[in-house]
Amino acid sequence: MAKTSNLDVAYVARLARLDLTNAEIELFEKQLGDVLRYAEKLREVDVSHVEAAAHAVPIFNVFREDEPRDWFTAKQALSNAPRQANGLFIVTKVVE
Amino acid sequence: MTGKDLPALNIADLQFLLRRRQVSPREVLDALQARIEDVDGEINAYLSLDFEAAAKEAEKANIDLPLGGVPIAIKDIINVAGQPCTCASKILHGYRAPYDATVIRKLRAAGAIPFGKTNMDEFAMGSSTENSAIKLTHNPWDLSRVPGGSSGGSAAAIAADEAFGALGTDTGGSIRQPAALSGVVGFKPTYGRVSRFGVVAFASSLDQVGPVTKIVRDSALIMNAIAGHDPQETTSLNQPVPDYTAGLGTDLRGVQLGLAKEYLIEGTDPQIKAAINAAVKHMTSLGAEIIDVSLPHTDYATAVYYILATAEASANLARFDGVRCGYRAENPKDLLDHYGRTREEGFGPEVKRRIILGTYVLSSGYYDAYYLRAQKVRELIRQDFAKVFEKVDALISPTSPMPAFKFGERTANPLQMYLADIFTSPANLAGICGISVPCGFADVDGHRLPVGLQLLGKALDEARILQIAYAYEQSTEWHKVRPPMAAAMHKA
Repeated sequence: MAKTSNLDVAYVARLARLDLTNAEIELFEKQLGDVLRYAEKLREVDVSHVEAAAHAVPIFNVFREDEPRDWFTAKQALSNAPRQANGLFIVTKVVE
Repeated sequence: MTGKDLPALNIADLQFLLRRRQVSPREVLDALQARIEDVDGEINAYLSLDFEAAAKEAEKANIDLPLGGVPIAIKDIINVAGQPCTCASKILHGYRAPYDATVIRKLRAAGAIPFGKTNMDEFAMGSSTENSAIKLTHNPWDLSRVPGGSSGGSAAAIAADEAFGALGTDTGGSIRQPAALSGVVGFKPTYGRVSRFGVVAFASSLDQVGPVTKIVRDSALIMNAIAGHDPQETTSLNQPVPDYTAGLGTDLRGVQLGLAKEYLIEGTDPQIKAAINAAVKHMTSLGAEIIDVSLPHTDYATAVYYILATAEASANLARFDGVRCGYRAENPKDLLDHYGRTREEGFGPEVKRRIILGTYVLSSGYYDAYYLRAQKVRELIRQDFAKVFEKVDALISPTSPMPAFKFGERTANPLQMYLADIFTSPANLAGICGISVPCGFADVDGHRLPVGLQLLGKALDEARILQIAYAYEQSTEWHKVRPPMAAAMHKA
């Protein structure tokens, strides 16, 4: 298991699209360092013969009939948009 | 009985009056509104109320339905059409639900009336409701203390007679722990038993919706309404739903209760230990047999939980991007600035902390060491429970290692706060069901603080857990003791 000093909060924050302040970066590095050191106890466990459990209930390949049904109107789907126009969500400009 | 006394009733007693036409659904709702106006200034259980919409429902309520005319409070993480659903976060400021969650649709079909949304830790991340970005909820037993969390608003509302019944969500103990700290009943169903469609996702492999109530029977009544298969959710179990009230009243003769040695840990408050020991003895006197068992991987549960829950949360919360709903940063210079500032300004500190941890454990180079390993230890924890449930009907333990704590007492050290879930999160990892019921008090600084007894049962054994909890509750007086402020206000 990796050493906790490898936790580079500024780098991870960029991956998570979260513009943390320097104060937050410093605080989280310390607090999450504690949590990750605590989590190192998992290294004690022999998991060599264990299959990973994605969740506790074995359900696979759930399908339902592919039938048309009523769902949101465009107006409902847009009802919470911070910005919209002409029945569309307005996204911040992506291309120059 | 006057209108002033109505809010003190549990659902079962309220229905007795409704069905004899001694009180109308509208009178019930008006009495509840008056009670909330009286006391919620001190408790802060609610984030939003809509008595106008609720009154229309009450006027046409069919009281012959299973929950006909009964107002139910809803944790603000569950979508109720036309109502805000903030998850106690700034990032969902202004959002109004365009549809009903499946649990709300089912509650309405059973005649219940949603009327208000309760406070919580932001996105259900926390054990004290202090992570709400909107307000602090106070524990009705001692206003200087937290109600527990994350469903702290639902638990405090029930304790202060500001609701007859409520819905919460439980990802690592978020129904059971606040129920314990606030002196009420909280029930976490089996993973997949109750639909999460329309419930804002925190950790999808762990989240489950359940009732918070004054007595066990009320939890069974709500379960009858909300349990069952939902074709709109892939993890919903397609299994028949029994009548959860049918077995209530059966005694404990022949019931085998497991006491896990790993749950008798150092650091549990001595008064809580004493209350649990007394409860175990009491169960024996009711005919239950106590069997010592072992859940050897218990000590790893908190670490597993915080790796898996934060990993899933970091993925689930990626949808909050300031485009489709909620908060959006002003004047972004480009798309990355838009995302980065919207999320920095919209999320609170605990949510950001968990997004960072979750993103880290999923990131390249660390996935195997943390996330994959945690999933494997999770499987061992699940197997521990499966083995024990071959021998016993239920496991008995404290719900929380400590009674309600003071505001600010645990916020500086997130790891300390995370350890508050030590008895509750294993059940979420294993996907089993569990309940917290009042079992005594701890005297702290001149206040009586409630203690909760946790009963855990195997997957889909809700009916049995409710039956055992009911037998215990009905042969004790703990559930009849009201918080001092609730008792005083009813007299006033």
